[in-house]
Amino acid sequence: MSTRSVVPFGPHHPVLPEPIHIDLVLEDEKVVEAVPSIGFVHRGLEKLVEKKDFNEMVFVAERTCGICSYMHGMSYCAAVEHVMGVEIPERAKYLRTVWCELSRLHSHLLWLGLLADGFGFESLFMQAWRLREKILDMSEASTGGRLISSVNKIGGQRKDVDNAMLHSFVETLNQLEPEIRTMVRTFLEDSAVRSRLDGVGVLSKEKAHDLGAVGPFLRASGIPFDIRTTGYLAYGDIDFEPVTSSEGDSYARTAVRINEIFQSIDIIRQVVAKIPDGDVAVPVKGFPKGEYMMRVEQPRGEALYYVKANGTKFLERMRIRTPTFANIPPMLEMLKGCQLADVPMMVLTIDPCISCTER
Amino acid sequence: MTEQNPVNIEVREIEKANVLAEASRLHNEGYRLAQMCSTKVEDGYEMLYTFGKGYDLLHLRFTVVPGDKMDSISHVFPAAFFYENEIHDLFGVPVEFMTIDYHGGLYRTAEPTPFH
Repeated sequence: MSTRSVVPFGPHHPVLPEPIHIDLVLEDEKVVEAVPSIGFVHRGLEKLVEKKDFNEMVFVAERTCGICSYMHGMSYCAAVEHVMGVEIPERAKYLRTVWCELSRLHSHLLWLGLLADGFGFESLFMQAWRLREKILDMSEASTGGRLISSVNKIGGQRKDVDNAMLHSFVETLNQLEPEIRTMVRTFLEDSAVRSRLDGVGVLSKEKAHDLGAVGPFLRASGIPFDIRTTGYLAYGDIDFEPVTSSEGDSYARTAVRINEIFQSIDIIRQVVAKIPDGDVAVPVKGFPKGEYMMRVEQPRGEALYYVKANGTKFLERMRIRTPTFANIPPMLEMLKGCQLADVPMMVLTIDPCISCTER
Repeated sequence: MTEQNPVNIEVREIEKANVLAEASRLHNEGYRLAQMCSTKVEDGYEMLYTFGKGYDLLHLRFTVVPGDKMDSISHVFPAAFFYENEIHDLFGVPVEFMTIDYHGGLYRTAEPTPFH
C-alpha cells in the first residue's frame, strides 16, 4: 500500500499571481484529495455597504478585481438600476457591452500569458501580453483608465465615446486579429505545449454541472451555458453562440478561451455597427428599495450580484458570488487522481482570481 | 417581494428545519447550487440559497435566529461546504454536518466573524 503524504501547494507559487493554499494528499505522486484554504487577501468589501452609500459603492465594486474591474462596477450598477426601476439609454447598454468585451479580451490574453509563463514558454508569455497592451490602450483611450475605469454610475455611463473612436477600435482589432491568430497557433498546435495540456485535468460534463462550474471551465466540458445569451445589455441584438468543447481537459479550456477572444472581437464589431446615438445616462432620484440578483458573464464565468435595499442611502446587503468561488469545488474534484507535477497547470487552467473570490 | 421591482427569480420562503429536505428535492429535480448568502437582519440572519436549472434560478429563503444552528446541505450539494464555511466564518452562524468543516479557518480575518 502506498504511503500517504500531504504536500502544501501555495499560497505563494510561481503559477499563482494571487495567494491560495491547497493541501494535496498524495499516494506516491498521485493526488487523492485536495483541501483548499483561502483568506490571505480577504478585504470585507461587502461589509462596506454599511459605510459607503449606494452611489459610492460603485467604486468599491470596481475594486473587487483588478482584471474584470469594469464588469464588477457594471454588474453592481445594473443590479441597483433594476431595484430602482431605472432604464438606462440604449447607447449606454451598447457602450457597456463594448467595455465588457474589451475586459474579456484583455483578461483572456492575460491568462494566455500566464499559462505560457506557467509552462516556461517566456517568449509566448511576452507575445500574449504585448497584444494585451493594445486592448488596454483602447480602455485607456475611452475611459481614462487601463483597468480601473470608473465610467460606471447608477443610471448609465459617466462618459460617452464618440463613434470615430469606436470605429478606430474596430480597425485596431482588425489589425490585431491576425496577430492573435498567429500567436495562438503555438498554444493550439505546438507539440510541447499540447503535451502539458492534452488529457490533463479532465472534468466530466456531469461533474462540471453538479459541482457548479461556470464560464470557460464549464463550457470546456461540453455545456453551452453563457449568461450573455439571456440578452442583457446589448447582447440580445448580437449574433453569437456559446463557445464549447467536449473534452473537458486543460487543452479544451485553453481552446475555449482562445475562441472566445475571436468571439469578443466579432461582438465588438457588431456592437459598433449597431450602436445608436443618444444619451449615455439618465438622472436617478431617490434611494433604492427592493432586491435583485444580476447575472453577468465575466471572463471567468457567471457572476451573481445580489443587492438588497431598504429605501435608505445604505444598502442592507451586497453579495458577490464570483466565478472563481464557484469554480473551486469542481477544481478540487478535477485534481483528484492527477499527478503532482500537473497540479500547477491544472489550477491555472481554471483562471483563478483570488481577489474576486475573497472580496 | 418589493414595492419598486420584484426579484427576478422565484423565491420560496421555507422553515429552517426543512432546508435539507427542500435541497434534496431540488437536487432530485436537476437543480445545481448557484450560491448561498447570509444577510444580517433584525431578528437574526436571513439565508438565501440559490439553485439553478438551465438559465432559471430558484431561491430558498429562511431565517436563523442568533445562537441557533442550521443543517449543512453539503451532503446533497457537495459545493455547499465552501459557502457554508464562509457563512460560518463571516457571520458566526454554526452549520452542522458539513462535509469539510474548517472550524473557522477558511478566512483569516483579524476579527472573528466580522459580518456578525
